[in-house]
Amino acid sequence: MLITGAQILIEELIQHGVDTIFGYPGGTIIDIYDQLLQHQDRIKHVLTAHEQGAVHAADGYARSSGKAGVVLATSGPGATNLVTGIAAAYMDSSPLIAITGNVATSMLGKDSFQEIDIIGVTQQIVKHSFIVKRVEDLANIIHEAFLIATSERNGPVLIDFPKDVQQAVFDYHPRQNIVAPSAPPQPLFLDYNPAVTAIANSKRPYIYCGGGVVRALAGQEVLGLAEKIQAPIGLSMMGLSGVPSSYPLYLGMTGMHGLYAANLLQSEADLLIAIGARFSDRATGNVQEFVKNRTIVHIDIDPAEINKNIHSRIGLCGDIKEILRQLTHRVQAKTNPQWLARIADCRQEQKALTADPQAFDPQNIVSLVHQFCTDDTIIATDVGQHQMWVMQYYPFEQPRTLITSGGLGAMGFGLGAAIGASLANQRRRTVLFSGDGSFGMNLIELTTAVCQRIPLVIILLDNGMLGMVHQLQGRFYGKRFSQTFLDRPTDFARVAQAYGAEGYTVTNLSEFHEALRQAFQLDTPVVIDCKISQDREALPMIPPGSSIKEIILK
Amino acid sequence: MDEKFTIGMIVNNQAGVLNRVAGLFGKRCYNIDSITVGETENQQYSRMTIVSRGDEYTREQVIKQLSKLYDVKKVCLLPEENAISREHLLIKMHIPAEMKAKATEMINSFGGKILDFWDDCVTVEITDSSQMIDEFIHLSARIGILEICRSGCIAMVQGKDSPLTVEDL
Repeated sequence: MLITGAQILIEELIQHGVDTIFGYPGGTIIDIYDQLLQHQDRIKHVLTAHEQGAVHAADGYARSSGKAGVVLATSGPGATNLVTGIAAAYMDSSPLIAITGNVATSMLGKDSFQEIDIIGVTQQIVKHSFIVKRVEDLANIIHEAFLIATSERNGPVLIDFPKDVQQAVFDYHPRQNIVAPSAPPQPLFLDYNPAVTAIANSKRPYIYCGGGVVRALAGQEVLGLAEKIQAPIGLSMMGLSGVPSSYPLYLGMTGMHGLYAANLLQSEADLLIAIGARFSDRATGNVQEFVKNRTIVHIDIDPAEINKNIHSRIGLCGDIKEILRQLTHRVQAKTNPQWLARIADCRQEQKALTADPQAFDPQNIVSLVHQFCTDDTIIATDVGQHQMWVMQYYPFEQPRTLITSGGLGAMGFGLGAAIGASLANQRRRTVLFSGDGSFGMNLIELTTAVCQRIPLVIILLDNGMLGMVHQLQGRFYGKRFSQTFLDRPTDFARVAQAYGAEGYTVTNLSEFHEALRQAFQLDTPVVIDCKISQDREALPMIPPGSSIKEIILK
Repeated sequence: MDEKFTIGMIVNNQAGVLNRVAGLFGKRCYNIDSITVGETENQQYSRMTIVSRGDEYTREQVIKQLSKLYDVKKVCLLPEENAISREHLLIKMHIPAEMKAKATEMINSFGGKILDFWDDCVTVEITDSSQMIDEFIHLSARIGILEICRSGCIAMVQGKDSPLTVEDL
């Protein structure tokens, strides 16, 4: 059938199972928007306030569903506004398809109006990128893009689509069968013996999970191994939600702001089984100390991660679900009574670090929010102290219910991502934790949340400052608080109301409880501005490049 | 610890591929001593040879990271002990009359070919290993170099093994 490039794009997106895309119109993608109008009954377009909101939304859609998220933007500024969002997806291995318009091929390279070489700009933050120069290549490029984004280690793919190619006509025949992209590579001829022996010899085994466990939905397989060898489970931030926190030996987050027991026990383990984790500097701290006196078994889908940041003696590369099944099948069940006693002691010690239950403290705020949530409630965050508090205190049960920017640590990520995550799950109840700094960056997307009728409760942990940097200045820069006090008169509750959302300001737990009760009755966005103390730091903290020995608890 | 190593690659013969490969080296802080690209017998694919330097960790990472690039179809290390590697040199030298005999002898001993000559100036081509080219340049410096142009190294595995054939792609 003779159709235009723009039409082919729509047909291919639908063929690849895309039901929702996020974007913002512009001069070089009018042709695609023209088609979106004609096919609005087949594919939903969500208009955001800014392209950055759209790309974070597509990323949130991807993280919460496991499907590729699609974002559409025009050339030039539209394309450059995607950059932070693409980088966030890249750092956290999220399957994102970014489609940008561009000037006609004859105008490329001439510094035409709104022309940017977005392929060049994004080259180091995509898994791959394509420019479509001939309409006959288009269908294959889109198919390849979906395959690349959603296979093996996921990641963002950019398709740059010049205007004349969108208009060009081609005799298009939809492919008969779509190659399923999600089948992970099966591990071939892996030698499990070294790992089996290491487990048999270990007295203090510790399982450490990263984002790969969430992406692969390998929680049950991890539990299978953990139960068989009586290992506690700690997680990197990206690993949270990967295994249910109700597991009896669940320790929670490790790393720079990880929990005391999770970090201490990790440092005492004689065997670390790292699954789907990449040993970021925020997770390991001082690498020499991290690897000292222990065997590391590293299981990951990406061969380049084995021995990249940590030299593990034993690497198993491939689909982690399958590897875990094989490994669990091969290991002998074991008991480690002394280790279990030590774990119990550490957890007891940790209890002393609990906040006063009456205080308007982030720990109590997060716990109270949790009481209103169900296991499938999506929790999104921005970046900063509030993010660490959520990671420390929220007990995640189901995979992909946590949406947060880990590797890039992009403030302003949360609101767009929360919208996308909710929409990917039939407008599921979603909670966004943010700070007054992060929220200020992209709060314009409140308008999207309102227009899309997202059942979104936004909890602002508002301490009137850029808390995380403030904390670092306080601890390591002689209390020279340069530009981290936000002496701003912004009334976030009234901002919310101006956008058509509900807004409350609360200063204590009972007010907060009442606000939550009202918020969770609504199916539309609500902002609850929690005025919290400036003195509360995100603790524990292991200073950058240090080890458990330098942990700061108070 | 840092040693030279040579990587051979088969890549898609498309615009932007060189950029992606070079960009990866830049981003990961790997060195490129030389890089050469040329089409293979199948127009769809090009062959690249990269000479880099680094320790064992770097060598392993370079290969793994390159393997992840979509446009890279094959990649392998070409170990010095069983690789044939060659580089091409064009060199323009100023040769004073009294040095003429010595220069001619030197050029001949390297198997050099004189492509162009004037009263006191010659342009020579030499094909040899990179070390021999280094050596020739070193010796020429005593006579007088006007301009040099090196091709960068190209390399292949000895014997019947062909890890970088395009036939099976």
